[in-house]
Amino acid sequence: MTTTAVATRKTAEERLPRAWNLGLHQGALELRQFFRQREQVVFTFAFPIVFLFLFASIFSDDVQGAGITASQLYVPAMIAAGIMSTSFQSLGISIAIERDEKVLRRLRGTPMPPSVYFLGKIWLVLVTGGLETIALLIVGTVFYDVDLPGDAAGWLTFGWVFLLGLTGCALLGIAISSVPKSGRSATSVVVLPFLVLQFISGVYIAIDTLPEWMLNLGALFPLKWMCQGLRGVFLPESAKVLEVADSWEYGRIALVLGAWCIGGLLLCLGTFRWKNRRDS
Amino acid sequence: MTTTTAELAVRTAGLRKRYGDIDAVAGIDLAIRTGEVFGLLGPNGAGKSTTVEILQGHRTRDAGDVEVLGSDPASTSRAWRAKVGIVWQDESAPAELTVRETVGHFARYYPRPRDPDEVIALVGLEEKAGSRIKALSGGQRRRLDVALGVIGGPELLLLDEPTTGFDPAARRQFWSLIRQLAAEGTTILLTTHYLEEAEALADRLAIIANGRIAAEGTPVDLRRAHSSEATVEWTEADGSPRTEHTQTPTRTVAELIGRFDGEIPGLRISRPTLEDVYLRLTGQESVR
Repeated sequence: MTTTAVATRKTAEERLPRAWNLGLHQGALELRQFFRQREQVVFTFAFPIVFLFLFASIFSDDVQGAGITASQLYVPAMIAAGIMSTSFQSLGISIAIERDEKVLRRLRGTPMPPSVYFLGKIWLVLVTGGLETIALLIVGTVFYDVDLPGDAAGWLTFGWVFLLGLTGCALLGIAISSVPKSGRSATSVVVLPFLVLQFISGVYIAIDTLPEWMLNLGALFPLKWMCQGLRGVFLPESAKVLEVADSWEYGRIALVLGAWCIGGLLLCLGTFRWKNRRDS
Repeated sequence: MTTTTAELAVRTAGLRKRYGDIDAVAGIDLAIRTGEVFGLLGPNGAGKSTTVEILQGHRTRDAGDVEVLGSDPASTSRAWRAKVGIVWQDESAPAELTVRETVGHFARYYPRPRDPDEVIALVGLEEKAGSRIKALSGGQRRRLDVALGVIGGPELLLLDEPTTGFDPAARRQFWSLIRQLAAEGTTILLTTHYLEEAEALADRLAIIANGRIAAEGTPVDLRRAHSSEATVEWTEADGSPRTEHTQTPTRTVAELIGRFDGEIPGLRISRPTLEDVYLRLTGQESVR
């Protein structure tokens, strides 16, 4: 009896479940949990839509010399902010809470590979970020005269800006989740930097009205480049004149967002904690 | 003791952990044999949880050797974690998922899980299998914690105060669950501050106080070793009650037989209960 048990356990070690498949299941579970919290779903999706409605309705004049309205300017800006809110903000807060409520510790007590947890979060963020973007695009095209890209190249640009931006922000969210000491303080710790970034990255305030030092500070983070890339995708070429460099600077956007993906990954690997500081 | 290291599921020597100025664990030696139910009994703050958390690999130690299933828990592999089931003192489970979804999902983490439905039945949650976890009572959640602890079919199960907050009926039900797991061959380490629980479940137990082991052995051994003095009570012919504490109760009774003709009125011989021993060893005697 004992010997057979030992023998079967040996072969079992080689058959530890594979991370990729487990990650798919983990993602399905994360989504199920997310969509069952109706309040959270409504507010997560409604927030950027309400803000788009407010800003685009308040500021709707033509922008001088750019051939667009201020409303049109707000559509890509809010899509970028929506991507960051579904990734950076929601992960930063929810992982801090899960850590505080010992959900992470329990997972750490199982043979689950750590990558499965992160894969699950990535699926969650991809789906929620995608749905948020679709919702904002519908509002933008129907009410604020924004045109969808007419060619494959436009959609391709949109695709990589979306994916690189989402990934970079998600990794930053995972990293910041280790900062708050408890789940209760997580919202304040995560929301303040996000709010500041939205002001200095051209989401609420057009970049041509921001002081230079603010622009330079904003340019260190992904949000500014996501906004810029999405303006390039959804605004006419004539709107280039509003950019600092009079161009969409796709090469630089790819470089900064890619750097944030790699840097964010290193930051996560170096700082991620499965337990609260007081529990070690 | 002839037990070799190979037969030990858990072994610690000189285990120590300090929190600031307090020695939470001040030199603990444990040897838990494969297949036994071992109880770690002690009042709150005695060092039970810290000890168990070190064994789980979830807390660092300051000194001492630890081996759990042949490995140092401070540096373990996925394969090791697959063999150790853990039930913590303060757990929380995903509120929006159902019992079946949660147990079924945790089963996926393990190479050789038990059947989720069978485990749900084992902990008595069949009727709640389709309920969201947020709708469960405290006792039902605790049983879910146990289900998640055993879903991987562990060789060793570490339970930290599993029945705190249970009503007496739920506690009895839980005991039969532990006995069933033990009968299946699982080695079980359980901490508790309920003496009757340790006595009912543990093959051997260690009484822990102020971070040290005050006594160790089978419940019967402990009672015998720490309660050699018996109390003999009877009523004298004039009706006055008498009490005598003695190491040799049989001799006292023999003398009484000589003095009384026939029955000795009100004769009663008692040994201290395990509870008396426990309270004395943990320095809580004065509470009685």
